[in-house]
Amino acid sequence: MSMIKTKKLTFEYIHRDEEGNVEGITKAVDGVDLDIKEGDFIAILGHNGSGKSTLAKHMNAILSPSEGTIYVAGMDTREEKNIWDIRKNAGMVFQNPDNQIIGQVVEEDVGFGPENMGVPTKEIWQRVEESLKAVGMYAYRKHSPNKLSGGQKQRVSIAGVLAMHPKCIVLDEPTAMLDPQGRKEVIRAVRALNEVENITAILITHYMEEVVYADKVFVMDKGQIRMEGTPKEIFSQVDELQKLRLTVPQVTLLAEACRKAGMPFSKGILTTKEFMEELQCLLS
Amino acid sequence: MLKDITLGQYYQADSVVHKLDPRVKLVGTIAYIVTLFMFRNLTIYLIALSFLIFTIRLSKVPFSFIVRGLKAIVILLIITALFNLFLTPGEPIVSFWRFSLTYEGIAAAFYLAIRLIFLIIGSSLMTLTTTPNQLTDGLESLMKPLNKIKVPVHEISMMMSIALRFIPILMEETDKIMKAQMARCADFESGNIIKKVKALIPLLVPLFVSSFRRANDLAMAMEARCYQGGEGRTKMKPLKYQKTDYLAYLFLLVYLIVAIVLGKFFPLHILQV
Repeated sequence: MSMIKTKKLTFEYIHRDEEGNVEGITKAVDGVDLDIKEGDFIAILGHNGSGKSTLAKHMNAILSPSEGTIYVAGMDTREEKNIWDIRKNAGMVFQNPDNQIIGQVVEEDVGFGPENMGVPTKEIWQRVEESLKAVGMYAYRKHSPNKLSGGQKQRVSIAGVLAMHPKCIVLDEPTAMLDPQGRKEVIRAVRALNEVENITAILITHYMEEVVYADKVFVMDKGQIRMEGTPKEIFSQVDELQKLRLTVPQVTLLAEACRKAGMPFSKGILTTKEFMEELQCLLS
Repeated sequence: MLKDITLGQYYQADSVVHKLDPRVKLVGTIAYIVTLFMFRNLTIYLIALSFLIFTIRLSKVPFSFIVRGLKAIVILLIITALFNLFLTPGEPIVSFWRFSLTYEGIAAAFYLAIRLIFLIIGSSLMTLTTTPNQLTDGLESLMKPLNKIKVPVHEISMMMSIALRFIPILMEETDKIMKAQMARCADFESGNIIKKVKALIPLLVPLFVSSFRRANDLAMAMEARCYQGGEGRTKMKPLKYQKTDYLAYLFLLVYLIVAIVLGKFFPLHILQV
């Protein structure tokens, strides 16, 4: 079943001068056609200003398309009556961990979503416990969010979404403000959710290392989808990626350089492990 | 560090008073304040004093901690006491130039000082034993009847708890901006008052801008998590009265009756006007 489906999705930012006259129109998202299956781990790549965050906000009905349509779990986001059902189905994690935590205690923040949905008290506690355990933050349930590290805060945010029992979770650059350690923690949590709980995960990022494990990768530029395919397919096109102002993982780059120098490396090497295996084959 | 400041100066301890329902504590504080202003004789203050001492002992909050709260109002106390002492019209005892110390003035200053001190101690005992969170919960639940006259009770308490949540974050941000401006030779410390206030402008402007941005982000995050106002919301930690809460209410009632009866019919007068 398809979780998210877009047809010619377009979103325009209208710039106005001080009198309110239209100065110009920027198409942040320009005719995007997507089809995301349930249970997939999708990564959307793109440099700053490529429209990937704008696209993400459509998946949660925060933004409504200027043209075209987007269906989330079969519901059209343009219809007012669907909005809250869509938000229950597609949770969203934002970039800045400080600006999305509402509660003053970790467990209260995780309970915020279920509270809004009118879940009975007893069940809220169950959901909070499950979600915090799923992201490995149960030991911190009584802590103040201010005392946590960035990666921990972001995992609390993920738990907050998880407690709403969504089918799909959209992560809008969740690691952009984190240190390498925090990035690893968050990505590990997202992968676990996708694999164990079978929740559709849509990860928006500009860090290449994070998309290695995705089922499918979309590369965006100027509001359009320029490339799509498995990580292997995408990363084998190093030159195209660099044209779109994206860098590939260092191992891929190294393998590509070796290949160009005449060594028979295969295209699209993603991890150090793969590189080592091929290197050993070559040497022996 | 600025980061470590907490509002409401909650004192962590394991006591009966800490465990009471915040509503009981709020109602109790209000009742206590009312008794302070009901009569002007010594009896009522002796009763209030014994009530205070009893609850402080129950709360296990060290007395020095409570007195610390008084420091903030010492200046206010002295000024109002002086005004009362010298500017209350009446029978002069000593007089010099235009001012005269009157008997009525002494009485007014005395009662005012006692009332203020008791008021501060009583209300700080409440904030010391109640977390800001519980306090907003309690207020929301107590003010719920006001919903009928279109007071946005839930919104007010949501705003309060978000404000509390963001105080440490904004503190940290202030710290950061201050350091950034200092690195560019901003001077926050020297000069007279006007200069100091002017120096704050490059601190306040970015702080305002960033808090608006934060508010915008937060609103979006709340909407993304299905926040639609107070209607249809359930509570993760609903307030529920326990046996001790009913006992506390009973105790409060007894206190009120004793205070009213004794204060009215057995007034102890000193400095009676």
